[in-house]
Amino acid sequence: MTPTALNRAVQTRHHLVSARVENKAGVLLRVAGLFSRRGYNIISLAVAPTDDERFSRISIVVAVESNLLQQVIDQLDKLVNVVEISELDPGEANTAELLLVTVNAGIDTDAGLRGLAEATGAVVVEKTETQTMLRLVAEPALLDDFEQRLRSYQISELQRTGAVALPKLGGTS
Amino acid sequence: MVIRARWGQTAHKGEARGAMKLTGAQALIKSLEREGVEVVFGLPGGAILPVYDPIIDSSIRHILVRHEQGAGHAAEGYAQVTGRPGVAIVTSGPGATNIVTALADAYMDSVPIVVITGQVATSSIGTDAFQEVDTTGITASVTKHNWLVTDANDIARVVAEAFHVATTGRPGPVLIDFPKDVANATIDYVEPTVLDLPGYHPAGEPTPDEVTAAYALLRDARRPVLYVGGGVLKANAAHELARLVELTGIPVVTTLMARGAFPDSHELHLGMPGMHGNFAAVTALQHSDLLVSLGARFDDRVTGRVEDFATGARVIHVDIDRAELGKVRRADVPIAADCRLAISAMNAHLERAPLAPGPERIGEWLSRCKDWKTRFPYTYDGAGDRAPGGIGRIKPQFVVEELRRLTPRDTILVSGVGQHQMWAAQHWGFEEPRSWVNSGGLGTMGFAVPAALGAKVGHPEKMVWAVDGDGCFQMTAQELVTATAEQIPIKVAILNNAYLGMVRQWQHMFYEQRYSEVYLSADLPDYVLWAEAMGCVGIRVTDPKDVAAAIERANGINDRPVVIDFRTDAMEQVFPMVPSGASNDEILVHPSQADQPR
Repeated sequence: MTPTALNRAVQTRHHLVSARVENKAGVLLRVAGLFSRRGYNIISLAVAPTDDERFSRISIVVAVESNLLQQVIDQLDKLVNVVEISELDPGEANTAELLLVTVNAGIDTDAGLRGLAEATGAVVVEKTETQTMLRLVAEPALLDDFEQRLRSYQISELQRTGAVALPKLGGTS
Repeated sequence: MVIRARWGQTAHKGEARGAMKLTGAQALIKSLEREGVEVVFGLPGGAILPVYDPIIDSSIRHILVRHEQGAGHAAEGYAQVTGRPGVAIVTSGPGATNIVTALADAYMDSVPIVVITGQVATSSIGTDAFQEVDTTGITASVTKHNWLVTDANDIARVVAEAFHVATTGRPGPVLIDFPKDVANATIDYVEPTVLDLPGYHPAGEPTPDEVTAAYALLRDARRPVLYVGGGVLKANAAHELARLVELTGIPVVTTLMARGAFPDSHELHLGMPGMHGNFAAVTALQHSDLLVSLGARFDDRVTGRVEDFATGARVIHVDIDRAELGKVRRADVPIAADCRLAISAMNAHLERAPLAPGPERIGEWLSRCKDWKTRFPYTYDGAGDRAPGGIGRIKPQFVVEELRRLTPRDTILVSGVGQHQMWAAQHWGFEEPRSWVNSGGLGTMGFAVPAALGAKVGHPEKMVWAVDGDGCFQMTAQELVTATAEQIPIKVAILNNAYLGMVRQWQHMFYEQRYSEVYLSADLPDYVLWAEAMGCVGIRVTDPKDVAAAIERANGINDRPVVIDFRTDAMEQVFPMVPSGASNDEILVHPSQADQPR
């Protein structure tokens, strides 16, 4: 199994939970607390206000068995600050994540890196002769692939935002 | 903008009336008065000082406890017997941390209490100021919700929200953290008309489909049991439950949290299920083909090993908390609804379409249940003998039975946690709702004395007895000083077996009688002297023949608390018992019943 395929296999056990919450102090603590008390590690977490400033949307990716996840979702739903919560099925949601990476290679001198950027649609944010900072927005699995392919270069720093998602158009919700 | 408002109506933001200049602290006290609060339990300190000044001018009675944990448990006791929220006020830092145990206790047992904690000034929060802790952070996981008030203009609304959240849906504790500068700020006090709780939607009535589905299972079941939990008491649904039993003829078990929801004397009451429940209740659940769970949560102390629990049963699960449905046991008919409304709806359906009479429909099952109940009653060596124990030892169960025999029917019984709690739950004989107060979920030793105090404040006209253990008593006995000072004449029966008895029982049964750190001594402390020092009447009873006289003497004392030090048989064990992690089928009965066929 290639590293990429392995990554994808792990990915299938990941669940994306999306919650609309009140935009108030302490909400994140309460939400995170229901995962941490069970010893579940949150894989990624993205929080930002929605179009209505009274509310924020929290997108959580967590690796957990489905029946246990439902229990956590039910208990999250009980939180006074949580307005709506659901698990987004990857097949019924559009998912995106942003990755920023600095590699120790100049994109003008390294044809391979240039090719990778062009093939994936990664944008050059900043460059020097010896370093390149790239940005890629894509589905998390594509970012995983991109990250793997970058490993043949020396990665100086890498940061991902965590997945965000919205239901697909024409879906049941 | 329309927002969900109190009592389910909607209200429009901007409605406001009656503006007046108040400090934040005055606004808080005024808001409590507006909620109908008559009594608060508390202990002042630096950060909460501003709140204590307007208390002098308030109609609210303040009861000065000797430890903040006592304030919390007293508020719980008050809430459990009255059905109204209990209120406690404490200071920041250690005041707040001392009440965390009571919050956790109330959270586990769904008791509505409102705790107000002082906090350092907003400008000092996060600086490790004197007596600063992150109170909302610490208590987030043991409250239904909490609030840090950073603007005095929010106080009235937050208090209204806090009482609403504590008392609606599944009740529970809430906490308001109140910084000192916010308490000192001057504001235009405006009565709140709108609650800002967009994410709070407590369940209400069942749907007609749910009721129909439940009815079909009730109709077709041949070995049904009503598995009644504390939610029935919380929903004030005892009357509806009695009607459901009339309409269906189905036998009932009441959990530790539901004792009193259905009369123990009723022939269809099989008793309490669980680790120390009686054989008939435990066994009927195991053999049932339909569990009608009403406000119960399939606690591990009830189910035993979950995979082996009532394996042949379908489940109707009524709970106001949706998260309980399917949490432990999958329900065939899950109903997220208030127990009173749900049972009423089932009753209405049953009245329209009556079932065949119980003896006809489920007669064989009723005979089996009755047989278990008859052959395996709670028992102990010397049971039934008015002066048992030729060896001169007082049996703890006998004390509980004598207390029941010699006290008014509406007496409120409070207990701590351990063997004495189980004997109280088993042998008292509960007939009325809200007559039993104990710490079920958290198992908080030291609960009894302060909770009894709170119960007596809630119902001063009723006799309140605490049955306590000697270990428990030592944890919170100082609240008897409060009881004496505030003239709250509770009565405490210490079942003094000189041991942390339940731990000792486990070491006896599961650790080859290697008794590790469980011996306490019957004489140290001297409970009579200690009681007298706290302004109580202290009585010691060492002989079974003196038990009744001591209880009668205590019953006659109404100007101060009474403590009776009953020197009980230290070797006594609680039976039946389902060993931890075992199947309920492996229930251990009293040795005298061990040869009975099951």
